[in-house]
Amino acid sequence: MREVNVDIICETIKELFINANYYLCQDIRDKLEKYRNIEVSQIAREILDKIIENADIAARNQVAICQDTGMSVVFLEVGQEVCFVGGDIGEAINSGIRKAYREGYLRKSVVGDPISRYNTGDNTPAVIYYDIVPGEKVKIQIMPKGFGSENMSGIKMLKPSDGVEGIIEFVLETVAKAGSNPCPPVIVGVGIGGTFEKAALMAKKALLRSVDKGNEDVYYRELEAELLQRINNLGIGPQGMGGITTALAVNIEAYATHIAGLPVAVNITCHASRHMEKII
Amino acid sequence: MYKKITTPLRDEDINALNAGDRVLLSGVIYTARDAAHKRMHEALQKGQALPIDIRQQVMYYAGPCPARPGMVAGPFGPTTSGRMDKFAPELIAMGLKGMIGKGDRTNQVVEAMKEGNAVYFAAIGGIGAYIAATIKSQEVIAYEELGAEALIKLEVSDLPLIVAIDSRGNNLYLTEPLKYKDKFTEIISDKKELTGIINE
Repeated sequence: MREVNVDIICETIKELFINANYYLCQDIRDKLEKYRNIEVSQIAREILDKIIENADIAARNQVAICQDTGMSVVFLEVGQEVCFVGGDIGEAINSGIRKAYREGYLRKSVVGDPISRYNTGDNTPAVIYYDIVPGEKVKIQIMPKGFGSENMSGIKMLKPSDGVEGIIEFVLETVAKAGSNPCPPVIVGVGIGGTFEKAALMAKKALLRSVDKGNEDVYYRELEAELLQRINNLGIGPQGMGGITTALAVNIEAYATHIAGLPVAVNITCHASRHMEKII
Repeated sequence: MYKKITTPLRDEDINALNAGDRVLLSGVIYTARDAAHKRMHEALQKGQALPIDIRQQVMYYAGPCPARPGMVAGPFGPTTSGRMDKFAPELIAMGLKGMIGKGDRTNQVVEAMKEGNAVYFAAIGGIGAYIAATIKSQEVIAYEELGAEALIKLEVSDLPLIVAIDSRGNNLYLTEPLKYKDKFTEIISDKKELTGIINE
């Protein structure tokens, strides 16, 4: 059995949320540069140049890449040998976020109730998911999720007979309808299978994956490539002003599902695509 | 390449701006987003005055991060304009001449722009740190309790913008994507190149 003090989790959460907001992931930056080099629209090239330059300014000035520093999503994979001590793990996570958003000069973008909409003033509560896995480590993955892109996400309960064409149609329809709103170029997370909420969760987890690794399964890897092509052929382009760079990547996650079901969820994130992880 | 413009915006400035123009904007602009627009709308419904004289002004849809000590402004990029579409026509009717945000607008907004001779600029979404560097001063004018959603007066210098929809209704969001339909497959003509784009 391994004891892990929740203070370590709190400090790690704080560090991760600040760093994820200040520093653009290298794989995203590489993708932006690749697309900038093949982009055919003049406006699109100028937009991509400024996006890349912005990442340098943020890192240099130690400020957030984007003012929408997001609602805080946390995934904890807890080894089943681990025992948390020193306090409540949920409170420790929220405390880490509170510190990050204060000390990192990040925007407090969370309202405590969806109807009355009073700002909680500290970007909590977070949305936290726990998984129990073998072992004695704690893997912390975080995602400050911006809502320009989150608002453009969608889910549909397809029929099994709709098949892969039905999946492709729904993904394309969701991205086309989103248009300029999610701040293209986007990254598209797709969850296929499971139940209603499992599909949505998989679509979000798909966004934690790097953009230069396809799905491990060759069938889904080819479907990712097919979807990427068809999305970029829409011509929406950076900021919806035309171009071939509408999506930098499509990541699919799949799971078992019911004989009567084919849930498909599409979770969109923008070109900031902030996420970071640490293993304790 | 860049047209330099200053606020307040006069009709002759607006008439010279065409969809697709790149501009560098300097001068005073006001920022407000969802909550402040709701407050302003409610004020107008009750026959009350707005917190500012909106004639010839430019509204920037944004809600910033707090500024790091020693800096004038925190990251300050645009938010999705579509959520303010409901409120734009009445503000344009009252003399608002420019809007800055990101994303397309509804037909009602574009009609109001044509009627009121107003222009819509796109700021690049996500370049919050870049835009913060163009801000010379900021001052909360109203609704301070809304925090990042307050009505804020900004003085900017050479803020880079794209004329997304001009006052005649020409709209880049409608005209540009059509030119690039199916172009991706033309550029990435073989499977090897496609893999190169996807994987290292």
